[in-house]
Amino acid sequence: MNVLSQCWAVLAKDILLDLRGSSRLTAVLFFAMMTLLLFSFGSEPDPESMRRHAAGYLWLALLLSSVLALGESFRSEVEDEALEGLRLLPVDPRALFYGKALSNTLFLLVLATILLPLSLGLYGAEVRGSLTSLIGFIILGTAGLAAPGCLYAAMTSQARGQDVLLPLLLFPLVVPVLIACVKGTGLCLSGDAMGQASSLLSVVATFDLVYWSVCGLLFGKVIDE
Amino acid sequence: MKTRFHKEHIIGALGLAMLSYGSWMGLFVVPPMSHFQEVGRIFFIHVPTAWNSLLVLTGSFILAVGVLINRRAGWDAALTASVEVGVLYTVMLLVQGSIWARPTFNTWWTWDPRLLTAAILLVAFAGVLSLRSFAEGRDRRMVWTAAATIVAYVDVPIVYFIVNWLPRGIHQPHSFPSTVSSDYHTALRLNAFAMLFIAIWFIARRTRVILLQDAGTAMSAPPPAETGSDGKPMVAGVEG
Repeated sequence: MNVLSQCWAVLAKDILLDLRGSSRLTAVLFFAMMTLLLFSFGSEPDPESMRRHAAGYLWLALLLSSVLALGESFRSEVEDEALEGLRLLPVDPRALFYGKALSNTLFLLVLATILLPLSLGLYGAEVRGSLTSLIGFIILGTAGLAAPGCLYAAMTSQARGQDVLLPLLLFPLVVPVLIACVKGTGLCLSGDAMGQASSLLSVVATFDLVYWSVCGLLFGKVIDE
Repeated sequence: MKTRFHKEHIIGALGLAMLSYGSWMGLFVVPPMSHFQEVGRIFFIHVPTAWNSLLVLTGSFILAVGVLINRRAGWDAALTASVEVGVLYTVMLLVQGSIWARPTFNTWWTWDPRLLTAAILLVAFAGVLSLRSFAEGRDRRMVWTAAATIVAYVDVPIVYFIVNWLPRGIHQPHSFPSTVSSDYHTALRLNAFAMLFIAIWFIARRTRVILLQDAGTAMSAPPPAETGSDGKPMVAGVEG
């Protein structure tokens, strides 16, 4: 069984787990919806201001939800020594990492697909720019959250204070991706007159490349301990 | 009890002497800066702190790679010490920047890209130290600290290059000998090397303390329980 097949097996296992018990998606989705509503309390609920900040609120809701989703994803691996069992199998650690990172990217993509129209409706925004770029930001942005999130969740799920540690480690690291995605999504919503979205997409893609390669290299060392 | 003299104190003393002389030059000898006048003299400590905070964190990255390769306790202690000193220098950097910004730009803090990325860098490496404090087991602590340091290091080039990528903030571009008056070169260089020597001194001292603490923890840990022939723990040497 080569690395790709092993990666696919890990991904298929996670998808199957999520399909059989949809409690993770339901809980995280309602949490994300709640945060979208809570953001309106942070400032005057002025329609123009809410519309202008719709992209920021969407990405903040995704970021906060990603912590819950990632933590839960690895909690199921640590319970009953499931991760220990996976390590005993002749599985390449890279396959484990990329399988878990892909499954979490898919999970966040599903979440973003539900949250995007919801936030557009709540904040009165609409897509005036390129829809293709918007999809690009959603895919690359969720991938940028999932890869470092998986590495950190693998560590924190086995440590004391896991609920504090995961956001503390993840948030500072993903700030560049978050800034580029908020700005890029904002341009896709308000109209990209200067054509800046493509350069922001390449920024997110560069960070994705760094995160997916560095975290993939380190994952094996981290779960070996 | 006889106290041993450690060689790193020589580097520390040299660093303190150079910092005193460099700061005296910066405060009283060189002419005031054309734009910032007297308040600009904080430049002689702020810029060396900035250079050295990034340099120390780069050293941490190199040590982290080394730890993952050789798994030596000494490297792990040096890595932790250098992350601690990097965090300390970054705190100093932000405090000095705020002290400078208040009279110059009439604000303690602004959402300038350089300031924001430096604050994020501080939180990222503070997170590494938190992770270390929560991790149980020597090997796990060692590997997790190294892995988290390598990932957090992604922020360091961003902090360095952000003034080129997003030059719209209040922070001025990089300070090089070509962009700074030659009147200031000596004081600036003295303080830059002084801050480096002090960082090396701190790292060496903390490395010793961490190694001693680890040795103390290992000595105070209870010995593994003796087991009888049936694998069950023995009570006072009697199989039970």
